[in-house]
Amino acid sequence: MGNWVVNEGLSILVILVWLGINIFLFVYYYIVYLDERFYYTRVLVGDALSWARAPAACLNFNCMLILLPVCRNLLSFLRGSCQCCSRNITRQLDRNITFHKLVAYMIAFHTAIHIIAHLFNFERFMDAQLEQNETIAYVLSQIGNGDNRPYLNPIRTNETNPTFVAFTTIAGLSGVASTLALILIITSSMEVIRRSYFEVFWFTHHLFVIFFIGLVIHGVGEIVRGQTASSVLTNKPSNCAAQYKDWGKVPDCPIPQFTGNPPMTWKWVIGPMVLYVFERLVRFWRSKQKVVITKVVTHPSKTLELQMKKKGFKMEVGQYVNLQCPSVSQLEWHPFTLTSAPEEDHFSVHIRIVGDWTQQLFEACGGEKKEFQEAWKLPKMAVDGPFGTASEDVFRYEVVMLVGAGIGVTPFASVLKSVWYRYFNNDTGLIPKKIYFYWLCRETNAFEWFADLLQSLETQMLEKGNADFLSYRIYLTGWDEAQAAHFTVHHEEENDPITGLKQKTLYGRPNWENEFKTIAGNHPGARIGVFLCGPEVLAKSLSKQSINHSDADPRGVHFIFNKENF
Amino acid sequence: MGQIEWAMWANEQALAAGLILLTGGIVGVAGQFKDWQFAAYGIAAGVFICLLEYPRGKMKNKDTSIERMGQRYLTVCVKAFGPLTRNYFVRAGLHAVLSVPGGFMLPTVLGCVCVAIASLIYLLAAIRGEQWEPIMPRVESKQRSGESMKEPPRTHPAPRAPEETARGCCVRQPRSHLCQLCL
Repeated sequence: MGNWVVNEGLSILVILVWLGINIFLFVYYYIVYLDERFYYTRVLVGDALSWARAPAACLNFNCMLILLPVCRNLLSFLRGSCQCCSRNITRQLDRNITFHKLVAYMIAFHTAIHIIAHLFNFERFMDAQLEQNETIAYVLSQIGNGDNRPYLNPIRTNETNPTFVAFTTIAGLSGVASTLALILIITSSMEVIRRSYFEVFWFTHHLFVIFFIGLVIHGVGEIVRGQTASSVLTNKPSNCAAQYKDWGKVPDCPIPQFTGNPPMTWKWVIGPMVLYVFERLVRFWRSKQKVVITKVVTHPSKTLELQMKKKGFKMEVGQYVNLQCPSVSQLEWHPFTLTSAPEEDHFSVHIRIVGDWTQQLFEACGGEKKEFQEAWKLPKMAVDGPFGTASEDVFRYEVVMLVGAGIGVTPFASVLKSVWYRYFNNDTGLIPKKIYFYWLCRETNAFEWFADLLQSLETQMLEKGNADFLSYRIYLTGWDEAQAAHFTVHHEEENDPITGLKQKTLYGRPNWENEFKTIAGNHPGARIGVFLCGPEVLAKSLSKQSINHSDADPRGVHFIFNKENF
Repeated sequence: MGQIEWAMWANEQALAAGLILLTGGIVGVAGQFKDWQFAAYGIAAGVFICLLEYPRGKMKNKDTSIERMGQRYLTVCVKAFGPLTRNYFVRAGLHAVLSVPGGFMLPTVLGCVCVAIASLIYLLAAIRGEQWEPIMPRVESKQRSGESMKEPPRTHPAPRAPEETARGCCVRQPRSHLCQLCL
């Protein structure tokens, strides 16, 4: 019953095309260096030349790609102008960070091959320079010593060693600098560091500037040498290689002319670099627009709500913004989902206080103080965004399943509020006919700030006589004995003892198999959007369920899975 | 930057550095480079560093620390050295010393610099008073039932709806699920 192609097809295609281009570039450039022009170079270093140049080409390609998925404003713009395109294409733009990571891994992989090949190159160039007897390697290495000719062997003297040469050539030094930057970027981007100590990840990641500078100047020394095209005509290696002792003395075989490859990398990366600079400028300009905090609310379980106003701010449901608080930190921007609806006159975020920056923000906004804070005492904020994510698409499906785990419910707060406003305004343009909402949470405290919203929605639906439009379930995944006992005692009451809602809280985890089956049964032939904001494990489970319960028949029911990622 | 545990990053960096040193060493030995003895050292030092750094320490801030796959066995070994492995000044010094011979040969130079950087980050962690604490497996608290059959059990099964409402619409879920009242 699976229709895997509907959910994953286009992503797989993109990945395959990307891999295909990588393989093509690798093989193509490997073969380029098997050409006659590089015959004498290969006499000195063998296949290591091709093994170094092939990954270099792939590195050019991947370094061009890596900056593009993180141009948030560009992607949002593409997403916005793609409203008329099929949903499938916009879904690919959601997976930008995944693609960024894949390209990064490929860069690391090719860097490894490139470096290992060059280790052999350096060693063999050194061996050639250390030759005592009159071998072809010796003769080739001597060209350029005091005879005003361009050299072949980049190691010019036998009184040095490969390490010294690596650190005294432009190529070597820039290579080492770029590689170190890359290694530091990668180690600080590990999941553990990123999730727990965001600042380390964010600041270290800016070493990419060093990486790109090193990359662009890497080829300036023109250290990859080969025969000039005209020299190949006069000194054909297939004829003259054997007669190396008589080069210049015999009319058939003059001394070969060498030249270096000009740097090519800049041609690949200049475009994305300009785009990225432009992206940062846009972010900077947007951040300079005046933002005012109109209300601060402290909720239980260390959640801070900030309501703000900014001139000309326009948002869609489920988008996120980057916030900066200059009084806390000049350089740090952190992403937060917008929890307000587009119909409101302000925009709000709910921030969980877990790290340095959030703690300092909490204190700057008044902290634990209970008394009223003057508006002018509240810190100035800067806002970049909003940026579009998966939840924007919610209103494009007839039936939607929304699943939020813990703090992951925040984008759906925006959706539900928007639903409420549209209902209030009798908006007939509302496309979803039915919304299934699941909130999974460990503890009961986290309910309070959301319970109000659900309570109003519940009342609204009852008044309009359309209690069926929104069906929601709340699951307490971390219940203990005391709660279970409390629940048993109050079981018969009309309202839930924890939340005060008519809909009772459920305990444990939902049985997704059943949920999907029931929903598929209720809406045959419909396209059902499944939206999740939560942990990876749940994403895998829901993704699988979506695939399994989708009909192979295009007229049957289809579940399309979208995941929010931070 | 109050709540950052630098040791976590130092650990990632050191593990990566160990792998890089190891790879450089293998290249140097397999390619029979001059001064291959330094490459052989690189292999030995790289393996040692990887083994030392593989078990991740416990994070102070978080309740749940993330273990690397299969690190339990190495945790026991590393824990056995007591203060030598717990103290980050010792680790910083150890890594600084281990990095030096790598600098004498090109294949291991990158490993040398990476291990040195890890050493510096560990030094920073040590100055801020961080320590390596092993992640030990959590002991499951056993719930014992009462001494005799007549005592009520100390744990209660999940409460269920009364039989009348359950009949006809209730779907009994396996494991810990409560019987859902259908709407």
